[in-house]
Amino acid sequence: MTPPSIQPASDASAPVLRTATVSEIDISCRLPLMVLFTSAAKWLVIGWVFELIASIKFHDPNFLADYSWLTYGRVHPAFSNSIIYGFCLQAGFGVVLWLLAQTGGVALAHRWLVTVGAIFWNLGVTVGVIGILAGDSTGFEYLEMPGYAAVLMLIGYLLIGLLGVVTFHQRRERQLTVSHWFFFTALFWFPWIYSTANLLLVTFPVRGMTQAVIAWWYSQNLLVVWLALVGLGTVFYLVPRLAGRELTGRYTAIFIYWVLILFAGWGGIPNSASVPAWLPTLSTVSTVLSLLAFIAVPLNVCETLGCSLAPARRNYPLSFFVFGVIAFCISGFARAGCALLDPNQIANFTWLNPAISQLSVYGFFAMVMFGAIYIILPRLLGVGLPWPKLVRVQLWLSGLGIILVVLPLAIGGVIQEVQLGDARRPFIEIMRSSLMSLRMSTVGDLLLLVAHVLFLANVAGLVIGFYRARAVVTYEELTEDLFKAARAKA
Amino acid sequence: MNLGPLIFLAAFFGLAWSWFGMVLTPQIQIGRLQQTNTVPAGATYPVGRPGLARQGLAVYRANGCAYCHSQQVVQTGTVCDVVLTDAGTNHAGLLVALRKLRPALSEAEDEQLMTGLPKTIRERLTKDEADPMVKTLTSAGAKATTWIVPVGPDIARGWGTRRTVAEDFLFDYPVMPGSQRVGPDLANVGLRLPDAKWQLRHLYAPRSEVKGSTMPPYRFLFEKRRIEHTRSSDALSLPSDLAPEAGFEILPKPEAVALVAYLASLRADAPLFVAPLSVAEPVTTSTNNAATNQTTAASSGATNAPAK
Repeated sequence: MTPPSIQPASDASAPVLRTATVSEIDISCRLPLMVLFTSAAKWLVIGWVFELIASIKFHDPNFLADYSWLTYGRVHPAFSNSIIYGFCLQAGFGVVLWLLAQTGGVALAHRWLVTVGAIFWNLGVTVGVIGILAGDSTGFEYLEMPGYAAVLMLIGYLLIGLLGVVTFHQRRERQLTVSHWFFFTALFWFPWIYSTANLLLVTFPVRGMTQAVIAWWYSQNLLVVWLALVGLGTVFYLVPRLAGRELTGRYTAIFIYWVLILFAGWGGIPNSASVPAWLPTLSTVSTVLSLLAFIAVPLNVCETLGCSLAPARRNYPLSFFVFGVIAFCISGFARAGCALLDPNQIANFTWLNPAISQLSVYGFFAMVMFGAIYIILPRLLGVGLPWPKLVRVQLWLSGLGIILVVLPLAIGGVIQEVQLGDARRPFIEIMRSSLMSLRMSTVGDLLLLVAHVLFLANVAGLVIGFYRARAVVTYEELTEDLFKAARAKA
Repeated sequence: MNLGPLIFLAAFFGLAWSWFGMVLTPQIQIGRLQQTNTVPAGATYPVGRPGLARQGLAVYRANGCAYCHSQQVVQTGTVCDVVLTDAGTNHAGLLVALRKLRPALSEAEDEQLMTGLPKTIRERLTKDEADPMVKTLTSAGAKATTWIVPVGPDIARGWGTRRTVAEDFLFDYPVMPGSQRVGPDLANVGLRLPDAKWQLRHLYAPRSEVKGSTMPPYRFLFEKRRIEHTRSSDALSLPSDLAPEAGFEILPKPEAVALVAYLASLRADAPLFVAPLSVAEPVTTSTNNAATNQTTAASSGATNAPAK
């Protein structure tokens, strides 16, 4: 390893060691990130079409009921997998790679291989979603993609993750920021949990209820820990820069990191689980302990912003971050509330559960990714957003949409919890009374779908704008001689 | 400062820590579970599902039934009832004992209690309250037992007789305990709704069987066929508005038959050491033996009460 004392930038005899310029870094990231971000945006729209189909089935159970491919039990996991593996993880990889290269002052290592990795990943997600729709789901929530898709995804990830580590290793700027802690850990976290879950649940399945415990552990580590590591890493890096300030609580951020990796990974076992009582008990304890992180994050961000929303007022990417941080905090409290204040131990069977996961996956993580992609992609490609006004529209649509999805579901979930606790109330009546909130959330889903189409339009527009600009330049270069010759003749 | 290796160590430690707690330890404890015996009958539990039911499990998985149906009965506690099983010969003594236990009742009502046994004398007690009462009754020459009754909204709703435990899922792959109750819990559906014909009709057209149901119809698990000579005995008997045109019949595909076999195999009602409950004794078991075993079950109930 290069000793940190070397000052590569001033060492002219070793050009390999010099710090890459900003534009060189951007050019190195261009192709892989373009693939990652456009595919992520595409999966977001595809996923939300699935969600809308699933949501409409609550209005009319006969809707598309004659196609086995589109039954609720297949469309719903197709939705969650498209969003999580197609959008969240993919966008997260892109942001992590860019920030590692950017903060390290070094070009992205082997960008072609990273691009191949991204293509493998997308191939895996496509095969996986088709597998789920064809009835090949594994049956474990959030790990539904069949084993053959998981292999493709793991190969893709290994290329992406490994080259992320290589980029980190080659960094010229030795000073680390807090974001490095989050990102570097996330790079290791995912392959470990993904391979453990796939090996123990799909390849060499363990016996009985242990499967469910491992599936809960996996989804908790993916949806709470991994998403928080990447999302918060992004927030802690970009928010201070967008607001033009320093991150005030550097040590608070490290504290948040430790709380997340030590406690959050133990949560996720519901109180009702048919397992020995120590598991849900420990899980509840760690969920409550991890609240420390969920309290500290908004405080830290608030202090960095000078405890005012003024910096976010005209700054839309920053508004995405602020929304995400608030959603992050609320989701943490809701999760702890579910684990603690649950007299009948059935909160995890109600609509509260999906409300909380939507809030943390979408309200927090996806919003942070939108903000980050709106900053990163135009910079990388060197062209402006084709429709900058749509960013504001998307912010409003996404914000309102997710509130309209989460709030009715949460209220419906609380009512459901109370009613399920009263055995005299017929079940069908409880079900029908929660339909109202489900139908309201369909409106939210519709808004979100529109928001995602706008997002995709902006991202695709950027890429098209980039290639058009490039084509024009190339055309001019190629035709220069012809024109010269023509002018000379005249 | 170069902290790269340090971050790696932190990540490694954090993940190994959660892996140890939530993967390795459960695997050592639950992953090594073996078949157990029911209490007090001593039958082996669980036994593997029949082949057709296993195929049905695959249909259940493929169509994502677990996104709407849980298979986990929740129990909030355990209570004990005092049950008089045999009045014995010392009626006068028993009457005194009964008056002590039920002072509010008149003598005639107590007399009534002694006929048509077994009868529940006192309900919803703790084990410490119930056991002395049983002793009072037995010292009066009668036979009585402490009847263990799991309680909770799910059980009151009739979704099960006890909470589900890890043993109930021992031979299943994949285990799908479910995370939502859009539909009712299915842990004991084989016990609640054993009629296969009903299940098939319900899968084909849920609203014809359950008014106002929000379950989507699974018509793709059925096929419409021309009646060749006589109507097949497997054909669904549907109400006129759902029935196919004349000369045709609706037959379940093998998937539907397998799925219904799986549903019929779902029953988590065996009394176990970890989830005790009293069940009516099989006629062959000697009463004496059963009574002692029941006490064992009851004491295990005291130590293994649900944690929350």
